[in-house]
Amino acid sequence: MCAAWFKRISRGIQTPTAKKKETPEGLWYNCPSCKEVITVEDHITNSWVCTHCDYHHRIGSKEYFQLLFDEGKFKELNAKLVSADPLKFVDKKKYTDRLTEASEKTGLKDAVKTAHGLINGRRIVIACMEFAFVGGSMGAVVGEKISRAIDYALKNKIPLLIISKSGGARMMEAAYSLMQMAKTSAKLALLDKAKIPYISLLTDPTTGGVSASFAMLGDVNIAEPNALIGFAGPRIIKETIGKDLPEGFQRSEFLKEHGFIDSIVHRNALKSEISQLLKFFSE
Amino acid sequence: MNTFLEFEQPIEELYLQQQELIRKQEENGTDFSSEIKSLESKINEQRKEIYKNLSAWQKVQVSRHPERPHALSYMEALSGGEFTELHGDRYFSDDKAIVGGFGIIDGQSVMMIGHQKGANTKMRQYRNFGMARPEGYRKAMRLMRLAEKFNKPIVTLIDTPGAYPGVGAEERGQSQAIAKNLMDMAMLKVPIICVVIGEGASGGALGIGLGDKTYMLEHAWYSVISPENCSAILWRTWDFKEQAAESLKLTAKDMLKNKLIDGIIKEPIGGAHAFPLKAFEKVKKAVIQDIESFKKVSSEKMIDARIKKYGAMGVYQTM
Ligand SMILES: [Zn+2]
Repeated sequence: MCAAWFKRISRGIQTPTAKKKETPEGLWYNCPSCKEVITVEDHITNSWVCTHCDYHHRIGSKEYFQLLFDEGKFKELNAKLVSADPLKFVDKKKYTDRLTEASEKTGLKDAVKTAHGLINGRRIVIACMEFAFVGGSMGAVVGEKISRAIDYALKNKIPLLIISKSGGARMMEAAYSLMQMAKTSAKLALLDKAKIPYISLLTDPTTGGVSASFAMLGDVNIAEPNALIGFAGPRIIKETIGKDLPEGFQRSEFLKEHGFIDSIVHRNALKSEISQLLKFFSE
Repeated sequence: MNTFLEFEQPIEELYLQQQELIRKQEENGTDFSSEIKSLESKINEQRKEIYKNLSAWQKVQVSRHPERPHALSYMEALSGGEFTELHGDRYFSDDKAIVGGFGIIDGQSVMMIGHQKGANTKMRQYRNFGMARPEGYRKAMRLMRLAEKFNKPIVTLIDTPGAYPGVGAEERGQSQAIAKNLMDMAMLKVPIICVVIGEGASGGALGIGLGDKTYMLEHAWYSVISPENCSAILWRTWDFKEQAAESLKLTAKDMLKNKLIDGIIKEPIGGAHAFPLKAFEKVKKAVIQDIESFKKVSSEKMIDARIKKYGAMGVYQTM
C-alpha cells in the first residue's frame, strides 16, 4: 500500500519538480545513493540519472514527457479530473486536507498525468504516474484517467505506454481504490483484444495494487534499473517470514531473472527503446 | 456452538445456563424441558438484539469466527455432495489456500472456486490462513478456463485476509498472477458470480473476484486492506482498528450503497457460524437465480456489461 510514501515524507527528501526546474545553473545535485556531488545541469542532461552510480532519481510526468515526446510536445488528456472524498475518510488527518497539501506541494492535481503525442514520429498515448502526489497511490482519479487513456488509444488505434511509479492503492478511497485494479485491467483486456500495443514501464517503486494490475499486463514489460517492484512491500514480507530478505530482492534485475520483465532500460535509452518496440509492432 | 466472540457474551451466559440444565436433566432425570425451552428463546432474543446493530469492527470479528463455514463447506452443501475437487496449477504446485472443482447445483454443472481457511490450528496452517500464493491464482484461472471450455458458469467464494506476502510468492510473480486473473476474468465467456463469504482483503480477494455479480454475506467485509493494517500504516499503531474499520466503509451495507457490489445475502440471525445450513441455503438460492437469468444473455452482452460495471466504479470530480 502507501507505506513508502509516508516514509518518504518523514525523511523529508521531497523535492518538488517545479522548484528543481528553477534551480539556477551551477547548483549541485547530491546523489542520495553514492553521495557524490554533480552539477544539476549534468544531472538533467543525463536524464536525472547520477553520472557516477546510475541512480535513477524519481521523476514525474513533466520530466518523462520531456524525455519521451518529440520536442517535449504533447496534448494532455482529462487534465481537470480531481479526487473527491466519497468516504469522508479521516485518519490522523482528513483525506481532503491530505489532497490539498499534496496539490500545493507538488502543483499536481492527482497521481497520474495522461497525454498523447509523438515519439520519434510515431503516435503514442502515455499515462505517467506521479509518485510525489500521495505516493503515486491509485484512487478513482488514477483509475479513471488511465481508463480514459486506454479508451483514447482504442478509439484512435494508438499504442499505449503506462509509466508506473506507485506505492499501490490509495487507502483513503478504500474499496473504491481496490476496484480501480479491476477497472483498468478490464479496459486493458479490450485493448488486448483490439491488438493495440501496450508497453508497461515499471519504475521505482511499483508495488501493491498497481503492480497487481496494469503494470504487469504489458505486451512488453520494461523497467528502469534497480526499481523496487513487487506485490507486498519488503517490510511486510520481512515481518511475516521473520528473516532478512535476499540481496536484490524485488528489484528490477530480480524480476527479470524470474521472468516478469522483458528488459531493463537505462533512462537515457528509454525513448529509442520504446520507439524501437513500437516499430516491431507495426512494421 | 463453542466459541463466543466478546460481544456475544450475553448469549454465552444463557447458553451455559442451558447446557447446565441439560446436563442436570440427564443426570437426575428431573424435567427441565420448559426452562430449557425458555432459555432457547432468550438466546434467540439476545442474538437478535446483538446482531441487529453490529459495528464494522464487530462484523470483521464475525467474518473471522472460527466456526464460520469456509469455501469447501459451501461447495459440498451447494452441490449436495456432488462435488469433485480439482488440484494444481499445472506449472508449479497445488496451492492449499485456493480450492476449486466442479459441482452440480440444482441440476446444473458449476465450477466453484474459493479461498479456503482451516477450521483448527493444524488446518489453518495447512491452508496458510487462506492466503494464496501465485499458484493459487493460476490454479483458479486454469479451472475458470476449463469452465469456459465446457460452457459452465463459475461461482467464486471469497474469504482471505490477503495474498501471501512471502519471498517465494514474490519470486513466482504474485502481482502478475493476480493482474492476469483480472484481465482474463474480464473476458471470460461464461457468467462469473462472486460471493464474499468472510474476509475480502485487497488484491488477494479481487484476484478471484471480478465477475458479473458480486455479493457479500451480511457480516462479511471487503476492502483494500484489513482494518489492522490500515491502522498500522495510517495511525502507525494497531490500536485504531475499530476506527479504521469504520473509516474503510467495508461492510456489505456500505459496499452496496457505494455501488461496489451487486447485492447482500442475508445471514441467519446470529451469523453464518450459528446456523451454517441456513447460510448455505441462502447462498444457493442467490446463485441458482443468477445462473438461470444469465442463460438468457449472450456472452458478448455479458462481457460488455461486466466491463462497463467496473468502468463505472469510482467517484471523482471535474474542476
Ligand atoms: Zn550516485
